[in-house]
Amino acid sequence: MTNIIWVLVELDNGTPVRSSLEVLGKAAKLGRAEAVVLGAAAADVAATLGTYGAEKVYVHADAVYDQYLTLPAVETLSSLLKRHNPAALLLATTYDLRDIAARLSVRNNAGLITDATDLAFGDDGLKVSVPWGGENVVTVTHPYQGTGIVLTRPKAFGLEQYEGRTAEIEQINTSVSGAAQVIKVIETIEVKSEGPDLEEATVVVSGGRGLGKPENFHLVEDLAGALGGAPGATRAIVDAGWLPYSYQVGQTGKTVKPTLYIAAGISGAIQHLAGMKGSKYIIAINKDEHAPVFSVADLGIIGDAVNILPQVTQEVKRRKA
Amino acid sequence: MKIFVCIKQVPDPNTASNKLDPATKRLVRTGTSLVLDPGDESTISAAIKLKNTVGNSELIAVSMGPASAQEATRRALAMGVDRAILVTDPALAGSDAIGTARVLAAVLKKEGADLIFCSTESTDGYTGMVPGGIAEFLGIPQLTFAREIKIEGSKAVIKRVIPKGYQTVESTLPAVVTVASGSFDAIYPTMKGIMGAKKKPFSQMSLADLGIDAALVGEAGARERVLTIGKAEARAAGQIIKDDGNAAQKIADFLQRYQLL
Repeated sequence: MTNIIWVLVELDNGTPVRSSLEVLGKAAKLGRAEAVVLGAAAADVAATLGTYGAEKVYVHADAVYDQYLTLPAVETLSSLLKRHNPAALLLATTYDLRDIAARLSVRNNAGLITDATDLAFGDDGLKVSVPWGGENVVTVTHPYQGTGIVLTRPKAFGLEQYEGRTAEIEQINTSVSGAAQVIKVIETIEVKSEGPDLEEATVVVSGGRGLGKPENFHLVEDLAGALGGAPGATRAIVDAGWLPYSYQVGQTGKTVKPTLYIAAGISGAIQHLAGMKGSKYIIAINKDEHAPVFSVADLGIIGDAVNILPQVTQEVKRRKA
Repeated sequence: MKIFVCIKQVPDPNTASNKLDPATKRLVRTGTSLVLDPGDESTISAAIKLKNTVGNSELIAVSMGPASAQEATRRALAMGVDRAILVTDPALAGSDAIGTARVLAAVLKKEGADLIFCSTESTDGYTGMVPGGIAEFLGIPQLTFAREIKIEGSKAVIKRVIPKGYQTVESTLPAVVTVASGSFDAIYPTMKGIMGAKKKPFSQMSLADLGIDAALVGEAGARERVLTIGKAEARAAGQIIKDDGNAAQKIADFLQRYQLL
């Protein structure tokens, strides 16, 4: 029996979000991938999802999903899951999809596994790999009947192309109830930051507590600028209010996989390492020679990031000139 | 207005290593110091600030955990929370996120909460699934990743962080609000607050008090099962050197060698 795996495809400004397409590609490797796409632009998007692995797409082209958060999608998905009962529903971990996953698991009494980096079907159902701490990977399963919900870690899977595949389209004709239209989006403001996006940058320079004080964070930004990269931060200094959440690299912030990651004044808490360990080259600067960050570094410098960062920036500029 | 803040005691993230017990397959919580989740300090601060703007309201901390978690609630009281409730019951050990949400929602329903604050996620389990679960059990909206929160009449209005900027979102009350870490300056307990915390009301509840069937929570009620604990792939060891004044040269050489300049 072929397992049917559903993927909720998130839209941003009418286009499918890359992380959702990556998960769709993974689902297609596991069995028969079916996508659900909801929003004003859903019909246009649905036609393109075959080439990312979908064999079938459930489509509800309705702007209600764009105007109201979470609840319309939960309502529609909940009734679809009850009717079709796929083996699993996969969602990329994003701000909006995790809100949907939490409610959906309660509403449908479905098991919920978060932060998955791999999935496989065995004789007794879906087995999900979840990294735990720095040292372990646990295998988790949904032991009960019914759809298992899985949130996958960003960048766990690459984009897959299924040339020539055309998905069967099924329109959803139900309308979303008034009760689900209560979390209303009033306005959305895009804030353009200078330089590349943290999650897309090929170079990331991040700072932590070892910078001493918020005023020193510009040392990180200066080096990131000189290397054409993006600045990032640890949860500790975000929690301390030095920087907004959007800078946070780690298990609960952004997962980055740049070619080069420079960790400055970062001890390497497990939650931070989880978000950057996949980087190709890692350079760490920290005063404490026992800092866990050195265990993942290709080049580790035992020293004070506050002194070293400006020297590196100057040297990079000199050699680039 | 009755405002609640859901809090958790966690292994101190500055000293703990998030070890798993191979026998129980649960997080090791012994032999490590336990603290109020640092993320919750920011959330409690946000709740106190909001309470001060709406007037005539009560702020109550609610937590689920072993009896020792009273320490964490005491810190919340010292920061300025008015009273605290701890749900503790041997049958709760091994609860998953949804089991936890079920228990906290039962307390909030019993108390009649108007506004519920939660951190975006805890600093030990990191699932971030409890706030949405609570909202669903209560059948109320959830406003997530808030960096600003206002009450306007019978509505909650938040500015929420989104990947490309921010969004203004409103909903009816009651509602669950999750706070984006770092958005609110922490309020530190004063000596007076610490002394006063001991006199503030603290109550404990069991599953029986909440009328929850033990089969729905704890390990018995968990909808997921850990099968195995394996070793993660380690990165190859790198070169670690002491800064002798030439660190910048060494780093620039490394960048050049791998064509990163």
